Amino acid sequence: MPDKIRIAVTVNGTAHDVLVEPRTLLLDFLRDQLALTGAHAGCEQGACGACTVLVDGEPTRACLMFAAQLDGAEVTTVESLAGPDGTLHPVQRAFTENHGLQCGFCTPGMLLAACALLERNPHPEPSDVREALSGNLCRCTGYQNIVRSVVAAGAEV
Amino acid sequence: MSYKYVGKPTPRKEDPKLLTGRAGYIGDVVVPGMLHAAVLRSPHAHARIRSIDASAARALPGVVCVLTGAEALEHIGPMAAFCAEPVPQTAIATEKVRYPGEAVAVVAATDRYIAEDARALIEVDYEVLEPVVDPIAAMGPDAARVHDTLDSNVVFHRSLDFGDVEGDFARSATVVRRTGRWHRMCATPLETAGALASWDPYTGAMTVWSNSNFYNFLPWVFAGILGVPTNRLRLIPCTVGGSFGSKHLIMQVVAIAGALAKATGRPVRYLEDRFDNIAANDNTGPDRHYDAELAFSPEGEMLSLTLKIIDDYGAYFQFAHGQHGNAMAQPTGPYRIGSLRYDVACVLTNKVQQGFFRGAGADPGNFILERLVDAAAEELGIDGAELRRRNFIQPDEFPYKIPTGNVYDSGNYAAVLDRALEIADLKHWKAEQERLRAEGRYLGIGLASCQERTGYNASEWWFLYDNPPLPATSTPESVKLQVDAMGGVLVELGCPLWGNSPETVVSQVIAEEFGIDPAGVAVTYADSTTGAMSAGPGGSRLTIMLSGAARGAARTIRDKMTRIAAHAMEMSPDDVECVDGTFRAKGAPGTSMTMGEVAMRAHLFAHDNPAGESSGLVDTHTYDHPYATPPNADRTDMGAFYPMVSHACHIPIVEVDPETGRVTLLKYYAVNDCGTIMNPPLVEGQIMGGIVQGIGAALMEQYEYRDDGTLGTSSLREYLIPTLNEVPDIVVEHVQTPSPFTEYGVKGAGEGGRLVAPTAIASAVSDALRPLGVFVDELPMTPERIVAAVQAAR
Repeated sequence: MPDKIRIAVTVNGTAHDVLVEPRTLLLDFLRDQLALTGAHAGCEQGACGACTVLVDGEPTRACLMFAAQLDGAEVTTVESLAGPDGTLHPVQRAFTENHGLQCGFCTPGMLLAACALLERNPHPEPSDVREALSGNLCRCTGYQNIVRSVVAAGAEV
Repeated sequence: MSYKYVGKPTPRKEDPKLLTGRAGYIGDVVVPGMLHAAVLRSPHAHARIRSIDASAARALPGVVCVLTGAEALEHIGPMAAFCAEPVPQTAIATEKVRYPGEAVAVVAATDRYIAEDARALIEVDYEVLEPVVDPIAAMGPDAARVHDTLDSNVVFHRSLDFGDVEGDFARSATVVRRTGRWHRMCATPLETAGALASWDPYTGAMTVWSNSNFYNFLPWVFAGILGVPTNRLRLIPCTVGGSFGSKHLIMQVVAIAGALAKATGRPVRYLEDRFDNIAANDNTGPDRHYDAELAFSPEGEMLSLTLKIIDDYGAYFQFAHGQHGNAMAQPTGPYRIGSLRYDVACVLTNKVQQGFFRGAGADPGNFILERLVDAAAEELGIDGAELRRRNFIQPDEFPYKIPTGNVYDSGNYAAVLDRALEIADLKHWKAEQERLRAEGRYLGIGLASCQERTGYNASEWWFLYDNPPLPATSTPESVKLQVDAMGGVLVELGCPLWGNSPETVVSQVIAEEFGIDPAGVAVTYADSTTGAMSAGPGGSRLTIMLSGAARGAARTIRDKMTRIAAHAMEMSPDDVECVDGTFRAKGAPGTSMTMGEVAMRAHLFAHDNPAGESSGLVDTHTYDHPYATPPNADRTDMGAFYPMVSHACHIPIVEVDPETGRVTLLKYYAVNDCGTIMNPPLVEGQIMGGIVQGIGAALMEQYEYRDDGTLGTSSLREYLIPTLNEVPDIVVEHVQTPSPFTEYGVKGAGEGGRLVAPTAIASAVSDALRPLGVFVDELPMTPERIVAAVQAAR
């Protein structure tokens, strides 16, 4: 086994200086080493998007990236969205108000993809949402309410 | 009847934990000292295992244990089988592998990376056998056999006549005949199946966290597999990332975790990866070939239906032919069809076996029936909507007994159809169809009117047998309700959270009965040692059953509180009512006690309460199936077993490119009747999600086994499910015909979308390609199939 690699990475605003195995995936690093379980393993092949997090603001499949690639990066996961007092982020609030989730397994990935979209386009049309979220699979909702949720979040922002 | 909370869009209680990454799925559960499992699976469809060499795997640092099938049987028992035939299955194959992806060895290691490294070091020597792939060929006397314990791959065959089939055909004027083909699909929840087992060798007790159901229904089945006493097994539910029927027992997954926990003395988690889930989930949907005939009178009246079905069950037969018991709840649809022949042959092949997937066997039944009706409309020259309307069971005919003996509770099918035709803007779409045809483009308008049987009784699993191994007749659901000394309301569910909304539903019901805010009701989940009998989600039953259980418990507690309050206020209980969370004198609301005041008396002031009242406020209410009857001895009447029957009419609009085979959904209209709607947005969400799964069934989802038996669709890059790009704007409306059999008149709604959409989209594609002479009789309509059908018609 090659030596571990030292990385300095900021996750949800907290700086970490850690050793990781070269092959440790970002997804497993977040879940197993930082106990951030919001990013989910749906396929581990980059097909489903359930593990989507933001790396330097860009939606990224955490199952397709090694933790070792993160030196100097800033990672945002779903755990950072709601306030410590339980106040939901506007995108989270829009999802619950528009019933944009059922089982919730795809939801953190959808929320982060939506946040990235709203960052660059605060008032997206449904077609913009479809484009931005088309790489994220949902097996429960039929997507329509997810699109509604993101458009509604944009209207609120 | 109007309600304060039932039927209102109450905020969904389940959401906050799911939105914030704190759901507690099985993959989130961590136990100190936990090991991780990986499973080595067969690349072959059919092979004898000559030998397995795991020495290199065992020597790898971090590996704690490797088990072959035979070694696992030192710790656990075989898989449970609810079939009467000898079709034995083990969690890990012993002498033979019978489908590509069947487990041959398992590893437990300190992390999953090491477990997978070790898996790659295991060497298996296979003697490859002839694969049994085509179910029709598999029926022949000379076919290679999947199981040596059987004389034939046809594990079950039965033909049953309900009513005078011969007579009805003899007097018919027209018989419409079609074949139908429905391919194997699977639920593909985004979360795979998983279990974490922890064993205490000193007491023999085992604790298992998992995303299964049935831990409060058939916990002894798990105990039998795990080889632990029933009273030493604790099954703890986790939040589930979708199931759609595929996680009721997950026997292999629980067994593998359990065997490794026993072998190592340490907690072990086995969580399927996507390949495990697709190749070996043991819960694929039906894989059917239909020969079907529908006989008509000269007036276009449907007289009789015959269905001859060959169903490819795959390598094992865990739930027997339960998927046909299910289909027999509604084979004749919403129509007054007087007689039925149901002939089914269940065939074993070298494929992953069937289980349950949203629709549970009734899905292809709706497909074939509505394809026959569309074909009949064309052959008889009657408009499809008119032909349906002419044959609908009428609102004044309910409760209506169909030929199989199942009973439909209520409905107004013409109202649903008429509303769908109204909202679908057909004038516009027909003009558009004409305009595009002139340009050589093919727009299609589909129509399907289908049943959604909801609220199953267990008899559907076995009534096709004369001598079933387990002729169970209970399908209950329970909740435990407590009102604490300060008046706080706590409900404990016997079912898991499977992506539906049980917390919201029980909160609405409790709120309704006490007149309190549903947001204040706390809800938790029982495990198998604390919960009462609960079959959980399945067969679109949960809202029906939870409504009954929660209302029953609420009434018991409310009555007790009424008696205590009346005693305190020196009144007769008959003169006290519970309104808005207070117990007050009827007609004199000034005389009242709050829930907290009554609750404190109930908990701590026994001497002040009526004689005979026990202290505290707790009730566990078990609600049994509200309307079920047993089958008769000769099986000419299966009894009422699925009697809360929802209904829907779907009208999809599609454009089909005959050159590329691409189908584009332009718009989708659905009108649904599931009786009293408990929570409108949640019902709409179930319907839309089901419709989109139906789009998958109609256009893309299919297991593809190659001629050598290997699986060509073992990842989400080949087994395609709908993305945002395939989904049109979906319009959903409702008609509400309350059920006379249930509390509040609710019927189920969980499967309706997927039970209707596939055949509705088939109808739309057929309509689009009618000028080219194409009739859709096979799903999914992949681009390849459409191009081939167009070429064949030319």
